[in-house]
Amino acid sequence: MKLTLKIWRQKNAADKGGFVTYVAEHVSKDMSFLEMLDVLNDQLTEKGEDPVHFDHDCREGICGMCSLYINGKPHGPLQTTTCQLHMRSFSDGETITIEPWRAKAFPVVKDLVVNRSAFDRIIQAGGYVSVNTGGVPDANEIPIPKTVADLAMDAAQCIGCGACVAACKNASAMLFTSAKVSQLALLPQGQVERKTRAEKMVAQMDAEGFGACTNTGACEAECPKGISITNIARMNREYFSAVVSSENM
Amino acid sequence: MILDSKIPAGPLAEKWTKHKFSSKLVNPANKRKYEVIVVGTGLAGASAAASLAELGYNVKAFCFQDSPRRAHSIAAQGGINAAKNYQNDGDSIYRLFYDTIKGGDYRAREGNVYRLAEVSVKIIDQCVAQGVPFAREYGGLLANRSFGGAQVSRTFYARGQTGQQLLLGAYSALSRQVANGKVKLFPRTEMMDLVVIDGQAKGIVTRNLITGAIETHAAHAVLLCTGGYGNVFFLSTNAMGSNVTAAWRAHKRGALFANPCFTQIHPTCIPVSGDHQSKLTLMSESLRNDGRVWVPATQEIAEKLRKGQIKANDIKEEDRDYFLERKYPSFGNLVPRDVASRNAKYVCDEGRGVNETGEAVFLDFRDAIKRDTRKIIEQKYGNLFDMYKQITGEDPYETPMMIYPAVHYTMGGLWVDYNLMTTVPGLYALGEANFSEHGANRLGASALMQGLADGYFVIPYTVGDYLAQLAPTKVDENHPEFARAKEEVEQGIEQLLKINGTKPVDYFHKRLGKIMWDKCGMARTEPGLKEAKAEIQALKKEFWSNVKVLGTNEELNQTLEKANRVADFLELGELMVDDALNRNESCGGHFREEYQTPDGEALRDDENYAYVAAWKYRGEGKEEELVKEELVFENVKLTQRSYK
Repeated sequence: MKLTLKIWRQKNAADKGGFVTYVAEHVSKDMSFLEMLDVLNDQLTEKGEDPVHFDHDCREGICGMCSLYINGKPHGPLQTTTCQLHMRSFSDGETITIEPWRAKAFPVVKDLVVNRSAFDRIIQAGGYVSVNTGGVPDANEIPIPKTVADLAMDAAQCIGCGACVAACKNASAMLFTSAKVSQLALLPQGQVERKTRAEKMVAQMDAEGFGACTNTGACEAECPKGISITNIARMNREYFSAVVSSENM
Repeated sequence: MILDSKIPAGPLAEKWTKHKFSSKLVNPANKRKYEVIVVGTGLAGASAAASLAELGYNVKAFCFQDSPRRAHSIAAQGGINAAKNYQNDGDSIYRLFYDTIKGGDYRAREGNVYRLAEVSVKIIDQCVAQGVPFAREYGGLLANRSFGGAQVSRTFYARGQTGQQLLLGAYSALSRQVANGKVKLFPRTEMMDLVVIDGQAKGIVTRNLITGAIETHAAHAVLLCTGGYGNVFFLSTNAMGSNVTAAWRAHKRGALFANPCFTQIHPTCIPVSGDHQSKLTLMSESLRNDGRVWVPATQEIAEKLRKGQIKANDIKEEDRDYFLERKYPSFGNLVPRDVASRNAKYVCDEGRGVNETGEAVFLDFRDAIKRDTRKIIEQKYGNLFDMYKQITGEDPYETPMMIYPAVHYTMGGLWVDYNLMTTVPGLYALGEANFSEHGANRLGASALMQGLADGYFVIPYTVGDYLAQLAPTKVDENHPEFARAKEEVEQGIEQLLKINGTKPVDYFHKRLGKIMWDKCGMARTEPGLKEAKAEIQALKKEFWSNVKVLGTNEELNQTLEKANRVADFLELGELMVDDALNRNESCGGHFREEYQTPDGEALRDDENYAYVAAWKYRGEGKEEELVKEELVFENVKLTQRSYK
């Protein structure tokens, strides 16, 4: 296949950036999208041009490090991570536009690389059960109905890639935040800090500059792990019941 | 040099209890006066950093990823072993200990392995308390499965994402300590060197991957939790960024590197599709519970298949060779990883491989679907089948999957004693980065167990014992050793940037990988290893004269990051070859063709090689020195593994 690539290039956070057009030849349908970029980068290097920088690591769809808008869609045309997208999803002669995530809370670092540390700070605000190592009860002393454990697992599958934010016209982080709030609100282990957690995580989310949720469902549609927006509804309930009887001192 | 494993005396089951009691404690009021550096935030690193911070130490945690949650532990699929015996099927701490020692082909220490089995039960308790959503039965209790051919069901799991859930649990504990101000996080920061003062580890040199700033960090102890070195093969199931740099540079500062040739090749990975391939994807081992492994009975049929003249489903039953079932009637398709991998290689070497490259075998679910219905198979493996289809474009419900072995895990690593301390006092290695518990071959679902055992339950005791012996005064970052190490790092980077050759970094990495895979992979021979050594030396020379690293140090420069890592892989590769040459026996993942039984099984030499081969760095261009730690077996009898 022969493809035309319009790729966002930006030297650093201060640079204005812009699209540069490249031609990728001899692209095989079996290549993953990132392998196609690897090949382009080797060609650029041999020509003495700075390779395109992008985030990636596990390349098996679980670490959440890869990102990219591909033709305007987070992680491209399929509901998967960019690393799992293969070139057979494209056709010969196609033009592909590649951009970094666009959100105020995810500033561009270079080219296609953005800073997603805001997600870490949301978790630091309360995305945990406060137990120290040791001194915990035997694992089977906390029976949990299978249906509840399964629902918690559905929410816990979030990989923190940020596609939900990228997909949202308001760059809201509600799906990400609600996935963690839901997981812990569903489980008995999370009950003690249930109220403070919801309040603190929502407050941090707002402080980071993420937008509000307007229930368009774009996040769910683009989430590579199929995290459901019912988690957002659950978080809203958690949050409102928490603020009316706040335990945050 | 004599290696002291510091295994406590006394009965096996009492060693750890006695050792914990005899370890010195740090006064609670003094803990805040000690600094500990943790490099890597996978299961071992995140659990260690969180646990030490909870105790009151000040921790600095480093990772090269943009968030600690992305460490490659996250990709582990199958599960985590623990000797809970919740299933009442005969499991016990001793049985897990025994299985691990035997599975490692008797090349691990009894004392360490027993401790691992002992603390395994506490790991599950800890993870559940954190809110890890393990699979459950309808009664609300935890579910277990049998894994990797184990005779008992001791594996806990969270769908096919156990590593993810355990890591997110440890990451949440770590995040809580970041919020408490006890852990300072340094994401997108890579360790470039170790600082040793008067023989003790006192800090590290790092590179900020965004700005390129080379910085020094002082501490009373340094913990390397930096994972394995499988990426020396270029293609592996490791993440793209997984590397040996931290461990290797510590090695060059005096930490011995043990059993580097012990690498695990996993039998069920998606085969290579072309030169562009950047990594290999693992398909869970659980597939072998229902899939049947086969290749065509003859070369001629395989040839037609490769040319596309016939399809897999056209091949008649009598023309199929279910080689694992044929050779190992009692274990069949469930033989251990090393045996399954090696046999796949043999049939492909005979010209019976099934994809275009000739390097693949079938894993066929036709009979399982006939027996159990498609619906049952879908429930069990649906997500894996989908993943396979996404990557290869083929539907495994209709046509057999194709698989081939790939490098998955490295049992070797930095030598550590019972306290997980390397030969440099104050420098520790945890998880896959150390060499200790898996001997020559790791059992399925034991990597997660070891990472968390080291971080949650071993290091909090052993690092305390060391710190209690140091004065609670600040480590002086103005010591000239810090400046010297920093300068050396800067020079190394400058040298790489100056070469301005003609070939990209991956060109060298791929060539190194091919040498390692062909000559130091699933089967090794003395002549092959000797060739490999010469080829690696030549490649290293070429790298340092012809690699092209564009850009500057003072920016995000992914090429420079890679070049730094590949430079270390080139040196490690040579040591792996030396180690494989030295070990004139076959054991676990190390198979020397000269040493096999008449029917082609690994032939150990317990008389001459029941030792840990630890290697001491002696300077640029010099052969490393072999230091042996003899293994003492007081509780288990060494037997030949047989899966016939």
